[in-house]
Amino acid sequence: MNGRSNGRGLNYLLTLGSIVVILLITTWAQRTLDPYRLRVLSVGAIYVTLAVGLNLVYGFTGQFSLGHAGFMAVGAYTSALLTMPVAQKARNFFIVPIHPALENLQIPYLPALIIAGLMAALLGWIVGVPVLRLRGDYLGMATLGFSEVVRVLINNMQTITNGSMGLKGVPDYVNLYWAVGSAVVSVFIAARLVNTSYGRALKAIREDEIAAESVGVSLFYHKVLAFVAGAFFAGVGGALLGHWSSAVDPKMFTITITFQILTIVVIGGLGSLTGTVIASFAYAVAMEWLRFIEAPMKIGSIEIPGIVGMRMVLFGIVVLVVIVFYRQGLMGQREFAWDAFLRRKEAGTAAGAGKGV
Amino acid sequence: MVAGCGQQSAPAPKPAEPAKPAEPPKPAEPEEIRIGSWQPFTGALAAGGAMNKEGIDMAFEQRPKILGKPVKVIFSDNKSDKVEAANSMARLIEQDKVVAVLGCYGSSLAIAGLNVSEKAGIPMIPDASNPLVTEGRKFVTRLNYQDPFAGKVMAKYAVDKLGAKTAAIIQDVAQDYSVGLAQFFRKEFTKLTNNPNSIVAFVSYNTGDQDFTAQLTFVKSKKPDVIFVPGYSADGALLAKQAREMGIKTPLVGGDAWEAPELVQIGGKAVEGLIFCSHFAVEAAKTDKAKKFIDDYRKKYNKDPNCYAALAYDAYNLVADKLEEIKVVDPVKLNTALRSTKNWEGVTGTISIDETGNPVKPAIIFQVKGGKFVYMDTIQPW
Amino acid sequence: MTLDMFLQHLTNAVSLGALYALVAIGYTMVYGILRLINFAHGTIFTIGAYAAFMGIAIFNLQWGITYILAICFTAVLGMATEKVAYKPLRDAPRISVLISAIGVSFLMENLLIIFFGGRPKPFFRPPIFTQVLEIGAIMIPVLSFAIIIVSAILLVALTYLLYRTKPGTAMRALANDFETARLMAIDVDKTVALTFMVGSSLAAVGGILWALKFPQINPTMGGFPGLKAFVAAVLGGIGSIPGATVGGLILGLCEIMLVAFLPNLSGYRDAVAFVALITVLLLKPTGLLGEKGQVKV
Repeated sequence: MNGRSNGRGLNYLLTLGSIVVILLITTWAQRTLDPYRLRVLSVGAIYVTLAVGLNLVYGFTGQFSLGHAGFMAVGAYTSALLTMPVAQKARNFFIVPIHPALENLQIPYLPALIIAGLMAALLGWIVGVPVLRLRGDYLGMATLGFSEVVRVLINNMQTITNGSMGLKGVPDYVNLYWAVGSAVVSVFIAARLVNTSYGRALKAIREDEIAAESVGVSLFYHKVLAFVAGAFFAGVGGALLGHWSSAVDPKMFTITITFQILTIVVIGGLGSLTGTVIASFAYAVAMEWLRFIEAPMKIGSIEIPGIVGMRMVLFGIVVLVVIVFYRQGLMGQREFAWDAFLRRKEAGTAAGAGKGV
Repeated sequence: MVAGCGQQSAPAPKPAEPAKPAEPPKPAEPEEIRIGSWQPFTGALAAGGAMNKEGIDMAFEQRPKILGKPVKVIFSDNKSDKVEAANSMARLIEQDKVVAVLGCYGSSLAIAGLNVSEKAGIPMIPDASNPLVTEGRKFVTRLNYQDPFAGKVMAKYAVDKLGAKTAAIIQDVAQDYSVGLAQFFRKEFTKLTNNPNSIVAFVSYNTGDQDFTAQLTFVKSKKPDVIFVPGYSADGALLAKQAREMGIKTPLVGGDAWEAPELVQIGGKAVEGLIFCSHFAVEAAKTDKAKKFIDDYRKKYNKDPNCYAALAYDAYNLVADKLEEIKVVDPVKLNTALRSTKNWEGVTGTISIDETGNPVKPAIIFQVKGGKFVYMDTIQPW
Repeated sequence: MTLDMFLQHLTNAVSLGALYALVAIGYTMVYGILRLINFAHGTIFTIGAYAAFMGIAIFNLQWGITYILAICFTAVLGMATEKVAYKPLRDAPRISVLISAIGVSFLMENLLIIFFGGRPKPFFRPPIFTQVLEIGAIMIPVLSFAIIIVSAILLVALTYLLYRTKPGTAMRALANDFETARLMAIDVDKTVALTFMVGSSLAAVGGILWALKFPQINPTMGGFPGLKAFVAAVLGGIGSIPGATVGGLILGLCEIMLVAFLPNLSGYRDAVAFVALITVLLLKPTGLLGEKGQVKV
């Protein structure tokens, strides 16, 4: 998608072609794969949406945000409350009745998903404007604090969120089409954003704030822009996750999920959308695939009983190894680009615009 | 619908080979009956998962064959995490081709998995007490009573047996289990005492909080006759310890989640006199079947069984009995048989399943005395 | 609210705040010197408690000896994690170190689950710590005094270490400027290892005292105190040891007084810490007692 050099038309054509191919693969998968594999692939695709959002904030703009879980929660609750049938709402709120304004609200899925993203984005703006004055770890701490506050609020605002009971029986609209569709759209939007003058400003901020400011980049405007966009993707991703598991509750949105997404982004490579896509699917598939470690095994005639917890131990080791030996992540800041793929002439083309600033 | 109606125990492999390469080749074992057990073995609810497994392990040892076929119990960890819960349930059904799923402990997790099993038409026997677990479902059968009943039972016991006129509630606002019990206790208590202001203090904490001194200081100032603390056992033990250290001598009353060895191990002397409800009592066991279960369990694990082990043991045996009854390994027929259970004698009592998939059974009341859970009373549904 | 009740709340608050402060000191020390948010600090804290648990429950050691051994063990483990997971990343982007810390934390937590199971275990309390002093209508557990005394001793000892000894000076030099310190012939590896050793033993002390106050341990017990202590450290000004103490006390006070004065809002108690954190950061980005200087990005 590096449409800068010659052959721009060709690039567009190739991009369009690959979208068609993705669509075909998705259709094939949705028709032939068993529900288990579909679920795993769907969750991988949802991770793409989520991780793209975080990469935009942290990878491309260098703003250390640990508030992803909070935005996800807002998106998930918004979409769940907007799409849930009235009867299901009544069933859920059997302890404290639902707020009358929400009681009879029900809109179709797609607008609900977009509104979920917009709500998260709005919150991102409200939070981002004051908080983005902070830098580095302090920003991380403030956003982490924000995300925890959201969780406490959800637990306590029973008439709106049903508190810790969560919302059960959220319509399970998410299939592979939705998950992959959202992933494609978010990668596309992010790529468009990154490859315009906005993107160069964002990267300039990441590399050196003071230098960027001195050449006239509005730090504040661009930081907020990236933050709000990141919150939007988090909101949509959170909503998808809610519809995927058909249950939403505050325990889903702890710091753990933020760390998960952060790990995906870092392993994929900060500032690489390609890396994010690869790492998201790798993460989802690996977590399931590693299950065999916990099952009882037979090596020759010796039977080893399954040890529960081994999977996460191994996962910890894998994360450590990847970070220590590929400290730039799998892709670094590189991107998959048609030019490099077709001609392989300048190695620099693939490195993206990041270095040029 | 595509739902797995008529899905037999050993279907032919699907035509399209799936995308993941690392799948070990599946040996052809049509003669095996596969039962899934799907539990939180790690994460926040690990205690519940471990207790359930003990019951299932023992049941399997005693009954390794059903209908003359060997049984394979496949355990799967859902990490106390909802994404994992849905995935591991899908795996049990799609990859392991189980005929029924036992578990899991914890309502939110159970519901996340249920959406998968319900669609696939695989019967599930969860150890979860939230009413929404069975609400509107067709493939769930539950052997334990629900949160509202536990809350009501404790209110009734506090009023009838302890003579309480006022009560304080300390709930874990981040646990649906705790919030549910607290609300139903509150409703029933105000109804029974005929006094809308009989709940003199209603305060909260959050999962993970270990300091309850502020809540207790407040509660102490209100001088309630009884303090209701619906929470998990470790929280209950810590809270009791802090209450006693602050000189609070008011009776502490809790829910069925208190029944775990941790309550006494952690609480020590401080938990003496605590009262809670349960699903199963060694002392209340009157049938031969229940007595044998207790003996066997003591022999195997060198301790008394608790309700989670007993419920899991019953779940396995109920599935086994129903399979022998219908004489065919078919999830849908098995489910119909499970849902129409009448007067089935389990170790946790004689169980009949009503049309919503829930059991009609009494609650047991325990009190901690001399470091042991002592049977006090049986409260019938009213 | 009666005076007795208020005083009871106040003692509860100080007792809790001192514990937060104790864990926060360890956090702030590692951060102040290495600029590394050590998310594994909470897990190290847990390991300290488990080591003490093992000493008493499995090896039947006397409690005093056990605590010392547990602290030493944790200190060595802390140094080992530094060697494996942080040292190779010294010139890598900071985020890599952070992720590495998360990986370490995952790994250790799950090893604990494998070895000890996920269920909570009772933690033995020596009889002298279980007594309760009664002053009028106010009840104060003896342990609260022990916590305050230990915190005070550590505060003095650390200040002495940092400002009166050679390794301490080297640590401060590192905190100021890594590269210059290296040029000044300071043995960076050794100093960083020492920092981790001290930080981890502080975490172990915190873990043991926490387990004494709330006598149950489980593999995930460190997450919550870790987060709270971190907030306390940031509140007070990260890198500042007196700041961590003040931050811890303020946090304890805010949390307890919310429940005391507004019991209906007790469910929001956990939000207090984070609201305070955000407010302080916005008004004074380097914390209450933090140094002014520019934060290096």
